[in-house]
Amino acid sequence: MILRIEVGPQPHRPDPMGRKARSTVSGEFPGQIDDIRVVRVYTVSEDLTEEVLSTWARGALSDPISDQVSVNGHLPTEADWIVEVDFKPGVTDNEGRTAREALALLLGDRPVPAVYSGVQYRIFGRLERGQVHRLAEDFFANTLIQRIRIASRAEFQGGQMLRANPPVVRNPHEPRVRAVSLEGDDDALEALSRQNVWALSAAEMKVIRAWFERPEVRETRRLAGLDERLTDVEMECIAQSWSEHCKHKIFSANIDYTEDGVTVRIPGLYKTCIQGTTRAIRERDGEADRCLSVFVDNAGVVRFDEAHGLVFKVETHNSPSALDPYGGALTGIVGVNRDPFGTGMGAELLFNTDVFCLADPRREEPPPTGLLHPMRILEGVRTGVEHGGNQSGIPTINGSVVFDDRYIGKPLVYCGTGGLIPLELHGRPGYSKYVEAGDLVVMVGGRIGKDGIHGATFSSVELSEESPSSAVQIGDPITQKRMFDFLQKARDAGLYSGLTDNGAGGLSSSVGEMATFSGGADLDLAKAPLKYAGLDPWEILVSESQERMTVAVPPAKLDAFMALSNLMNVESTVLGTFTDSGTFTVRHDGQIVALLDLGFLHEGLPRRELAATWTPPTPVEPALPADPDLRSLLLRLLSRLNIASKEYWVRQYDHEVKGRSVVKPLCGVAAQGPSDAAVMRPLLDSLRGIVVSHGLVPRYSDIDAGAMAAASVDEAVRNAVAAGGDPDTFSALDNFCWPDPIAPAPDHERKLAGLVRANRALAELCLAYNLPLISGKDSMKNDARVGARWISVPPTLLISLAGIVPDVRRAVTMDFKRPGTAVYVLGLTRRELGGSEYLAELGLSSTAVPIVRAADNLRLYRALHAAMREGLIASCHDCSDGGLGVALAESAFAGGLGCAVDLARVPADSPDLRDDELVFSESAGRFVVSVDPANTAAFEAALAGLPVARVGETTAADRIDLRLARGGAVSWSLAECFSAWHAPLAFSQGKE
Amino acid sequence: MKLRTLVLCGNGTNCEAETAHAARLAGADEVNILSIWELLAGHDSLDGYQFLCLPGGFLDGDNLGSARAGAFRFAHGRPGAGHDALRVQLDRLLDAGGVIIGICNGFQLLVKLGILPAREWTPRVTLTHNLNGRFEDRWVTLKADPASPCVFTRGLDVIELPVRHGEGRLVASDDAVMDTIRDGHLAPLVYIDPATGGPTEAYPLNPNGSPGGIAALCDPTGRIFGLMPHPEAYNHYTNHPRWTREFLDGPPKHEEGAGILLFRNAVDWLRRNHG
Repeated sequence: MILRIEVGPQPHRPDPMGRKARSTVSGEFPGQIDDIRVVRVYTVSEDLTEEVLSTWARGALSDPISDQVSVNGHLPTEADWIVEVDFKPGVTDNEGRTAREALALLLGDRPVPAVYSGVQYRIFGRLERGQVHRLAEDFFANTLIQRIRIASRAEFQGGQMLRANPPVVRNPHEPRVRAVSLEGDDDALEALSRQNVWALSAAEMKVIRAWFERPEVRETRRLAGLDERLTDVEMECIAQSWSEHCKHKIFSANIDYTEDGVTVRIPGLYKTCIQGTTRAIRERDGEADRCLSVFVDNAGVVRFDEAHGLVFKVETHNSPSALDPYGGALTGIVGVNRDPFGTGMGAELLFNTDVFCLADPRREEPPPTGLLHPMRILEGVRTGVEHGGNQSGIPTINGSVVFDDRYIGKPLVYCGTGGLIPLELHGRPGYSKYVEAGDLVVMVGGRIGKDGIHGATFSSVELSEESPSSAVQIGDPITQKRMFDFLQKARDAGLYSGLTDNGAGGLSSSVGEMATFSGGADLDLAKAPLKYAGLDPWEILVSESQERMTVAVPPAKLDAFMALSNLMNVESTVLGTFTDSGTFTVRHDGQIVALLDLGFLHEGLPRRELAATWTPPTPVEPALPADPDLRSLLLRLLSRLNIASKEYWVRQYDHEVKGRSVVKPLCGVAAQGPSDAAVMRPLLDSLRGIVVSHGLVPRYSDIDAGAMAAASVDEAVRNAVAAGGDPDTFSALDNFCWPDPIAPAPDHERKLAGLVRANRALAELCLAYNLPLISGKDSMKNDARVGARWISVPPTLLISLAGIVPDVRRAVTMDFKRPGTAVYVLGLTRRELGGSEYLAELGLSSTAVPIVRAADNLRLYRALHAAMREGLIASCHDCSDGGLGVALAESAFAGGLGCAVDLARVPADSPDLRDDELVFSESAGRFVVSVDPANTAAFEAALAGLPVARVGETTAADRIDLRLARGGAVSWSLAECFSAWHAPLAFSQGKE
Repeated sequence: MKLRTLVLCGNGTNCEAETAHAARLAGADEVNILSIWELLAGHDSLDGYQFLCLPGGFLDGDNLGSARAGAFRFAHGRPGAGHDALRVQLDRLLDAGGVIIGICNGFQLLVKLGILPAREWTPRVTLTHNLNGRFEDRWVTLKADPASPCVFTRGLDVIELPVRHGEGRLVASDDAVMDTIRDGHLAPLVYIDPATGGPTEAYPLNPNGSPGGIAALCDPTGRIFGLMPHPEAYNHYTNHPRWTREFLDGPPKHEEGAGILLFRNAVDWLRRNHG
């Protein structure tokens, strides 16, 4: 018999979750919905004794003070419609898992039945059945992973929902291994690849075929009991290892790049522009080299102090977030946590970052077929990162949200995690791994299901009750937290020799990569713990089920490792052994099902040959209005989505857990000003700080992706300097998200040329700033195809940066501090309106995109930082989106202080700049700084010879007064500026 | 006597490191961080500790409701052979004159165990969803009740601390419980409007809609104390959201954050009462 339990707030209690649901949907059905109440539903696959049931339902599932409970009957309601949502079979159900763990406490050694959770929305209002369906699908459920049941009041009261079956996985499939024949011509091979979601080209498949036809390979296989054909396990393993995701084929490709009729050959963008740049900087730095481990592990490691390395990694999770924004973003953040955790011998995680690129959430027309509405993506992604970050106890300290309607095709979800790693652990560097032949392959954490198999291409997989959802996944932060708690203890006790995370490609990647340390591995998939029976061996090997690490444990340490694992309530399983055989041997129940040469697996992929052609844009001069209304234009700019306050996000992310925050994302008199960067004190007993910032300016890539990349680097550096970071200690991460630059994508040669230009600019800027790139990632297929139409993201490069603040007590925030301080503008303003928020607001365009003068900027940044270390700076704010006008307004309202500024004094490269150019140009390398009168002389001396001018002062008045260069003046009240800036993305913040 | 402090962690707690740091700054002699799994296995017990800290976090991910599954485990988890149930150990610690602080999720745990506002082991109040249905991180201003028996808030007047929770609204089983809290001065900290100095139910000064601005509870002995704000997250003056304004001219003489005061009160009280 199936038990069913309903839990909801007592009728006379408020129901905030119901109220939240109502406020989410009521805009869509104005005047039709009076109320929504939320009830949680638990189903149990077997009956329980009365005593167990009562203790569990009343003690674990419900709150005796505020909830009511019913068993095998409904909590009564007069709601007009009832929508019940639960998970499809096999989808991660965290509530259900927790409920089952609580039940297990009462059952002792008895078997614990399965528990499933669901949510019931009880809707009071006047809706048609079709509207209820739409509401359920658009707001309450994602039908890729969830089931919806709808009942009218009469149907509900008649007991229709009581008869629903729980989502049990029924998978009678007998596991088997199939042979793969790579026969036929190119077309046949490509069709085979498509059909199996291998994402390999015909050329690549022919390389595989040729390898397996080699006589010595055949002989080795014959001895192992395998015939000349590949097994599906081998083919899937190669496809994973050779995927764009794992091998970065575009960044490794040889590119013939043509510009101005001249063609040059680039032997791999990664090797030349990324790795080569860092190598050059490390050589130049010599003894002072800050890099400890770069490009060889899951995350980059640089020196923090004499005892710790700083680890940082940023990933994207775009495709999963497009289909299930909540699950995609949640697995994005808990997934990237595992990268620093799986670096070297494992880091202590200290901060998260997140950057989202989304379409305008206020869109009124429905989204193109097959795509989700941007508001739904925004809220799903936001909630996913909230749950992942907050529950993991890692503060989200830096991020942003960038809007462009082309992101409706593919939202970009960047998630980053940083931490500290001991420089020395058990007598050897903590940032390296020490896997040796003979060490055991141990899988730790969650179990394996069909989750995320062929993650990136799942839309073609049909989901049904019989085939558990492999499309999208839901992360489980608590299972991961338990695993981390255990592994941290195991690390400190010296119980393992290396670890890595199971992410893309699952065991195939994690064991395959760790095997390169010892020179081989031999594992048996039949030993792997499964969520449910019926997985084929290849599925076990490539499943991307979350919350798992692969750990190398020396045999002498195994007993202690397993005992600790058991104590800490974490499942660990020995799957095999690391070897030095040179092969990756995979068995199923002892029988060899894959025998792959490690050299071939990792180095056998042929390099691609690509072509790119750059045609510079035809110069466009904007027809600026003769007499722009600066007063209203500044307010309009403050309200633009890319500039407007992101407090809605920041407040819902825990940004100060761990108790180490120094500069929070919001600052100023009312803690509502937008900080340029985050500063934290990673060690509670030290004043040495970390600064974390980022740069991201996709608008500029419409003119030149090279300018976009340069501006992104400068923005990241500038932000970090503004908060007090030492520019000689920075390290950066590059995360490219590009529209498909490969045929048959439209305009692919230009997109690839943009990628080349972005990489070259990145290399040039990093060399100029002495900024090593320590880690990065690329995502090259950010397009949606709607019929014949491609919706492609603008080429987007996120630069994430971490550096040192030598003494956190010298960190600086962007808010004006006191009346009567001198206001300075640092850096030259130029006629550079191309790609600006100003022209976007006016609907104009210009090709005069800001150009970064790195050498000039670095001199300024170093001088500014030296002044900060002397305590000469009261406030410092970077000028970026919206230019000087926005920076001044933000510093003023954040500080609750006015200012009076004379535009004629703003340092500019030409005396004939217009007022709107002075106010709105987005030239790089600029700041607004305020200085106490007692410090102005010292400050001016410290920045002597640099483009710095005192432009005015802060005032006690509630207004910003701008004297124009052409004569006349404009004023704004602080309140109107703040309100224009704060309202657009507040999403009813503050209302109950 | 050597004061021993235990910070109990595991299964979703997040704030054990900074809570232990706060206890050390406050002068506790020995501070240990112990996992609930180690406690259940009998690797250590609550015996011999005078100060128990239940740190913030998300026990079991707050699935089933904040700290609910955690409280259920505390009540029904079976310790290893030869070890008393956790409830028995906790009673012994308190009977021996020990003190307990539960912060945020730890406060939710105390309430759901039924030992606040009195050690009855029967829930009288709960902490549930903020009225706006949201988790929020923001600093609040709190005022201490000078008439409260709470040993943690002695001598405290107004203090600013961060809150970071989605379920901080106090709900009592009935009005009599609220009367007991009021009459016994068992709400040692309330959210106030700094402009008026009085308690507030208005968002965002009161982030969750708790009645009477109640942010914390203690039992009549004053030795069991739970609060939604995070004192351990104000351990250095640079944690304060306006420190760059208020200390523009240089660091304060004492760089310690005001949140440590609550821990120091407990440590000082234990020293006085445990010789």
